Amino acid sequence: MTLNILIPAALAYVVFLFVIASIAENRAEALRARGLKPRFLRSPLVYTLSLSVYCTAWTFYGAVGYAARSGLEYLTIYFGPTLVFVGWWWLLRKLVRVGKAQRVTSIADLISSRYGKSNLVAVIVTLLAVAATTPYIALQLQSIALSFGAFAADQSLAPQQMALWVAVGLALFTILFGTRNLDANEQHHGVVTAIAVEAVVKLVALLAVGAWVVWGLAEGPADIMARIAAADREAWRIEPPRWMGLTLLAGVAVMTLPRMFQVMVVENADERHLATASWAFPLYLMAMSLFVLPIAVMGLELLPEGMNPDLFVLTLPHEQGQNALAMLAFLGGFSAATSMVIVASVALATMVSNHIVVPLWLRQRQAEARRDLGDMRLLVLNARRLSIGGILGLGYVYFAVSEGSRSLAAIGLIAFVGMAQVLPALIGALYWRGGSRIGAATGLVIGALVWLYTLFLPSLGAGVVFSATFLAEGPFGIGWLRPQALFGVEGMDPLLHTLFWSMMLNGLGFVTGSLVSFPGPMERVQSAQFVNVFDTDAANPESGARGWSSETAGDEVEDLLAMSQRVLGAAEAQSFFQREAARQGKGGYLPDPTPDFLDRLERELAGSVGAATSHAMIAQIVGGRVVTVDDLVAVASETAQIMEHSAQLEAKSEELARTARQLREVNEQMHKLSVQKDSFLSQISHELRTPMTSIRAFSEILMFEDVNGEEQVRYAQIIHDESIRLTRLLDDLLDLSVLESGRVTLDIQEASLGELIDRALRASNAVMPERQFTMHRSGTGEALRIRTDINRLTQVFINVLSNARKYCDAARPELRIVVHRRGRKVMVDFIDNGSGIPKQSQSLIFEKFARLSDTHKAGGAGLGLAICREIMQNLGGDIAYLPGQGGAAFRVSFAAELDAGNSKAA
Amino acid sequence: MKRPRPPLFVERTAYRRRRLMDGARVLPVVGFILVLLPVLWTRNDAHNTANEAVYLFCLWLVLVIVAFILSRPLRAALMREERGTERQPPAAAPTPAAPKDEAP
Repeated sequence: MTLNILIPAALAYVVFLFVIASIAENRAEALRARGLKPRFLRSPLVYTLSLSVYCTAWTFYGAVGYAARSGLEYLTIYFGPTLVFVGWWWLLRKLVRVGKAQRVTSIADLISSRYGKSNLVAVIVTLLAVAATTPYIALQLQSIALSFGAFAADQSLAPQQMALWVAVGLALFTILFGTRNLDANEQHHGVVTAIAVEAVVKLVALLAVGAWVVWGLAEGPADIMARIAAADREAWRIEPPRWMGLTLLAGVAVMTLPRMFQVMVVENADERHLATASWAFPLYLMAMSLFVLPIAVMGLELLPEGMNPDLFVLTLPHEQGQNALAMLAFLGGFSAATSMVIVASVALATMVSNHIVVPLWLRQRQAEARRDLGDMRLLVLNARRLSIGGILGLGYVYFAVSEGSRSLAAIGLIAFVGMAQVLPALIGALYWRGGSRIGAATGLVIGALVWLYTLFLPSLGAGVVFSATFLAEGPFGIGWLRPQALFGVEGMDPLLHTLFWSMMLNGLGFVTGSLVSFPGPMERVQSAQFVNVFDTDAANPESGARGWSSETAGDEVEDLLAMSQRVLGAAEAQSFFQREAARQGKGGYLPDPTPDFLDRLERELAGSVGAATSHAMIAQIVGGRVVTVDDLVAVASETAQIMEHSAQLEAKSEELARTARQLREVNEQMHKLSVQKDSFLSQISHELRTPMTSIRAFSEILMFEDVNGEEQVRYAQIIHDESIRLTRLLDDLLDLSVLESGRVTLDIQEASLGELIDRALRASNAVMPERQFTMHRSGTGEALRIRTDINRLTQVFINVLSNARKYCDAARPELRIVVHRRGRKVMVDFIDNGSGIPKQSQSLIFEKFARLSDTHKAGGAGLGLAICREIMQNLGGDIAYLPGQGGAAFRVSFAAELDAGNSKAA
Repeated sequence: MKRPRPPLFVERTAYRRRRLMDGARVLPVVGFILVLLPVLWTRNDAHNTANEAVYLFCLWLVLVIVAFILSRPLRAALMREERGTERQPPAAAPTPAAPKDEAP
């Protein structure tokens, strides 16, 4: 195969890409005109495939070379991203959410936006990105040049010339599709679609070569495994520090590399695509790495020694006479290289134009005419076109200077370490509100310098920037400043050496700088919006996280419209202003310049020119309305006050509810009392009426009938008995009312509790004297001397004992009296062995006129226990039914020494 | 500036969803530890490059499968969240022009 075939093939491939990209662009344009979103162009599949821009020529060619040299170590480069994507819920989700919320256009824009829309930080990140990506682009050019060279070693075309032409072609393609329009979200449908197609091409090519190697050259997987085992060598042993360090490094790189950030965050159309990419992208990486080791092993086995292992993918089929397969492999490698160069240069050009060219131009313009900005869109686009050319030019220069002498993997890793310097500032941006602009700038500068000094510049080779003696002995012979043995750390792998020192000093600088500096108002607004992006309240401008103060404004809206037209284009800007006016309830094109509106306008512009520039442009027009720390604190405390007010209101309403509940309870009680009183009156009338009736009846007999002496005596006896019953009832009622009203006078004496119980027992024996009770008396308190109203207490005991005698239904009745003392309280339990009182009646027995058996045998009106309870309450104690004692049981409790304060009466 | 706290206890499906998110967070950590495992192996006949490769690719496949299983419910959670936040901001007045955020 000669260049006569290769060059047309490559050109045809590029034409094919052109067609794909323009179809995608036109379709997106057509859909947009109809007000639709391009659904397929922005599907999770295309998103995942576009992420494969991670797999560059380094993967396609370099991985095999890497595997031939160092065994499985090449896998670390794919494990890092795999772990990051598998753990998307943690970091990527937040990164993408923030990126979309803030409309970031690049990683430099994200970092600058977070640290107070500081252009300084943006410039640092941009320069770092350019420095780190240059060798990476050189790597792609080198791989293309090498692949041409592999086919045509005898041809006259030198690799350098070849690379130059490739660079020019790529620059053209990128300028055509990467800077077609100045999008509000910085999205490029044509480029993304082309990248997705290229992802398929390189995957298919690598899988085809791999399958041919495994099933064509070798005899299937088992044979390959045996060959791998046979080819095993000392250099393939896993080196623990590198294994771990490279896995981490690759994980960091996948987030910070400008091109990855571009496809992952900026070109992301829907956050949910991440869910698909979380497993599909690792799967893609796995497929890409699957056949790398077999190809390397077969290459080592079959190809003559001294051939560049970086090209095994190409030379193996070529040498074996598989020309078609070699061509496919060539196109696969070509597509891997071109996709990286295109996306990386688009991403870098955006950064350069937004953070370096436009600010410079604005500053210059500001001096001339304050508000006449001219047409910015063309300026921005031209700046990007120039930047793309410049970046590719730089890549070419690096390739020319380093003479394509280094292995692909080594160059790629240098770029990884360079972009990894963004990590501390990035993590701080997302998770630490205390991270400040000064800290971020300090960390970035230190990290970048360490990287340049210890890795990038030495990588150019001795004699280019650093002389050989400089490398060996350090500047001015100071040994501990040697670039590759900083602070005396020798014998470490150079890459890990740089990774260790740069990340360490970078992180230290970031944290220290953040701790000692005081952030400006814009930084504090942005830190809240970034760190709390999932908290809808904080993202809500009402909570005080606003970049503009609400001072009353003059007539600057018109100026804002004029300025926006120059950035967004007339139609876009006008419709935005109209929407905003409608949102405020106004007609026309001029909304009030509220802080909300300014915030949204700023974000809209940021989608085109970056946060820092957009902020500066608006600030130029609205002047003194940039928010101050005092404003922020005032708004925050206002909000806090409102929260407090509402909390107080809530507490008050709770209190009201409580009061209402209490009132309702009292009301219910009153109602119950009234019912009770009525029933009490009717009960009393009934109780009074029964004896009265018999008295009247018998006295009438005595008056009107002729009764003999014997009968006369009997009737008089009945009248007498009934009147005694009446009197007793009235006495009880009187007693009860005195006790209830609390006007009772207590006759406090001292006595022994045991004697008191003896007395009560004797008195109660008169009730139903025919029943014989077995008595058990126990407890320690019988000897106790008590001071209380002895007569009243005895009355209670007698009542309880009489009840026991009357109602205990056991065949062999027993009664236990147990005395306890608990502190100042004395408790006397009276427990019989009868059937007790059923549960539902237990609460009733202390009510007036409550009688469980309606028989007359009780002989009382049912006031006994009610009186007992009143007495005990007057004595500062209580009487209660004690359930679960195997019979009826009453507990009388009272204070051993009654003083005036204890009684209810006092 | 805190709004009413989120509920301390949630019902069964929400609880499942949260544990799922925990799982998604634990997965990369477990994955990293397992990726580092070959570092600890001593090299002999049983542990050569071929066997290490088999182990690593199997691990890779397992990670992909677990991520696939987790991705569906997590995606549903994202959608739910989106719907939840859509209700939050005050409804904008009817807009005469095309809606904002339209992909160009």
